[in-house]
Amino acid sequence: MRVSLFVTCLGDRFFADAAADAVRLLRSLDVEVDFPKNQTCCGQPAWNAGHVPQARQMATHTAAVFADADYVVLPSGSCTAMLRHTYPRLLESSAVAERSYELAEFLVDVLGVTELGRGLEGRRLAYHHGCHALRELGVEEQPVRLLESAGAALVPWEMDQECCGFGGLFSVKTPEVSVAMADRKLDTLPDVETVVSADGGCLLHLDGRARRRGKPIRFQSLASALWEARDGGA
Amino acid sequence: MEVHSRDYRARARSIITETPEVREAVTAATQTFVEHRLEAFAECDEHALSGWAERVKSHALTHLGDYLEEAEARLVERGAHVHWAETASDVHRIFETIVNEHGVQRVVKAKSMLSEELSLNPFLEGCGVEVFETDLGEYIIQLLGEPPSHIVGPSIHKSLDDTRVIFHERLGTPRDASPERLAEAARELLREAFLTAELGVSGGNFLVAETGSIALIENEGNIRLSTSVPRIHVALVGIEKVLPRWADLSTFLQVTAKSATGQPVGTFVSIIQGPGGSSGGEPDGPEELHVVLVDNGRTRLLADPEVWEALRCVRCGACLNICPVYRQTGGHAYGYVYSGPIGAVIGPGLVGLEETLPLPFASSACGACADVCPVRIPIPHLLHVWRQRAVERGLTSDVERSALRLLTFAATRSRVFGWAGRMAAFLPEWVLRRFPLLRDWSIGRETPKVDGPSFRELWDEGIE
Repeated sequence: MRVSLFVTCLGDRFFADAAADAVRLLRSLDVEVDFPKNQTCCGQPAWNAGHVPQARQMATHTAAVFADADYVVLPSGSCTAMLRHTYPRLLESSAVAERSYELAEFLVDVLGVTELGRGLEGRRLAYHHGCHALRELGVEEQPVRLLESAGAALVPWEMDQECCGFGGLFSVKTPEVSVAMADRKLDTLPDVETVVSADGGCLLHLDGRARRRGKPIRFQSLASALWEARDGGA
Repeated sequence: MEVHSRDYRARARSIITETPEVREAVTAATQTFVEHRLEAFAECDEHALSGWAERVKSHALTHLGDYLEEAEARLVERGAHVHWAETASDVHRIFETIVNEHGVQRVVKAKSMLSEELSLNPFLEGCGVEVFETDLGEYIIQLLGEPPSHIVGPSIHKSLDDTRVIFHERLGTPRDASPERLAEAARELLREAFLTAELGVSGGNFLVAETGSIALIENEGNIRLSTSVPRIHVALVGIEKVLPRWADLSTFLQVTAKSATGQPVGTFVSIIQGPGGSSGGEPDGPEELHVVLVDNGRTRLLADPEVWEALRCVRCGACLNICPVYRQTGGHAYGYVYSGPIGAVIGPGLVGLEETLPLPFASSACGACADVCPVRIPIPHLLHVWRQRAVERGLTSDVERSALRLLTFAATRSRVFGWAGRMAAFLPEWVLRRFPLLRDWSIGRETPKVDGPSFRELWDEGIE
């Protein structure tokens, strides 16, 4: 099986190691990974802010980049949601939409993976559900099952499904509210060593806020946590 | 009411930083509402109910003229006066006439968001009329001179202690009075008002066309008193409140109460079909019943094919309760009578996008509101439509437009995109922070590190 990795702009710049972990993980499952070099941004920042022509240009570019892909796999819930739900409206074609998957969703729903390994034995984690993965893709159980089957204890977090306040340009257009939302997440966080999430935007936002407040919390991309699960944390 | 939405960010900032207790009070109350809502819907098929409610409301809205005329005919048959008001000024004129004709000096009011939308209290007070809000929450904010902060719980942003202070100052209750003592003090004062007011004003949760029935939901009993004790009752009903059949009402009463407070049905439901003593109508009640059918922008919203669905709203407040953006500030930040997600989609439709900016942007697009709406209003989609229009009309900032044009330029040229990414990695943080968007990011957050290799570079080196 062959997949094309769409690393996403945040993934390329801020989560390069996590994206590399996604490649390692997929290869370890006998999946051939291709990385089309002319990929850029999915267009979500423009779409969310209401700039439709710009979003359409970026969608057109991305759709062309992945035109020949069997599967497009993204280490991001919100960019996957953009491809799956918004591209058909922007491009009048659901060709890319039907073949795009968030990483954990791909592992569980397409590859049928139930257990990656036991590399997270004894780890105490909290999982932040990104809004678009949760509500637009319906990805809720998949990451949780993969992490738990690797031995991690997912500590209950009453706010695990509430928005962290990132919201793309919302985070800079309404920064005070955005930060207050992050505080609500951080203030309700149970005693864990690491917060895991599939979405880079959420992680940057929560990590940036935690560092500003001097809170020593480790934030980890789901891709890295899953590779750790597979690889035994070596 | 006056619209102050343009100051949204400044108001939100000041609420969060200067009155942090508001955030705590609103968060606690809305979380409780959300829990009760979940329990209430656990015992029935929520999906079936909301699908049905959506279709009934959409049908009523797409046949609105017919149903409104049917309702009017039924009401007139039983001796009610039906008025059609296009604007707030029309409503004011109707009240002026009633007040002058009957020498009204005192008004008791049931909670009505429409009356807030129409700025009725300041108008009546300007006519020399004494106005008593009789819903306890409304009464508290009337004493404080504040607008409602929530569609269902107008004083949701206030703590018990805030109420103790204002009651101590205005009604002379002990500074540490129990909630029961506070309610008793309000009751004593309002009972007197009920018995002496010439006019009672209410809203209307639903108007059944088939029977000409106005339905009102409440928990305190004050609506029943406001609408039955004074000689005259005026009901303000938004034209979108119409339901086709009597058989529709019971389900809407349940759906609304479950969504709003998690109750199976409101403690009191009043059904009003005519003045007292009317033939085939009510055996008792006010001598005169006036029903004012209010447009105030609704027809224009209905005629807008991209956003009309917002008119299905039953004002349950469930989208406010679930909204993490609303929870940080309560309703006052929005500067508009209807706050939260629903306010941000009906406000631009009723009073104009220019006046209500940036409300459609006061959302992280998390989508939680869409999951709880009992009439399935696609709020995230409608927010996005208003965002698109704001951009098309040139109402968004130049900085944002330029930044997104740059992004688009780079993202449609992969070499430029890769080069721009490498450049960003070389710029020191103090330079990055001078860019407007990054400057706003650094409000309350550290900037992310961009000094390592990009994934592209790792891929080129070979991933082991």
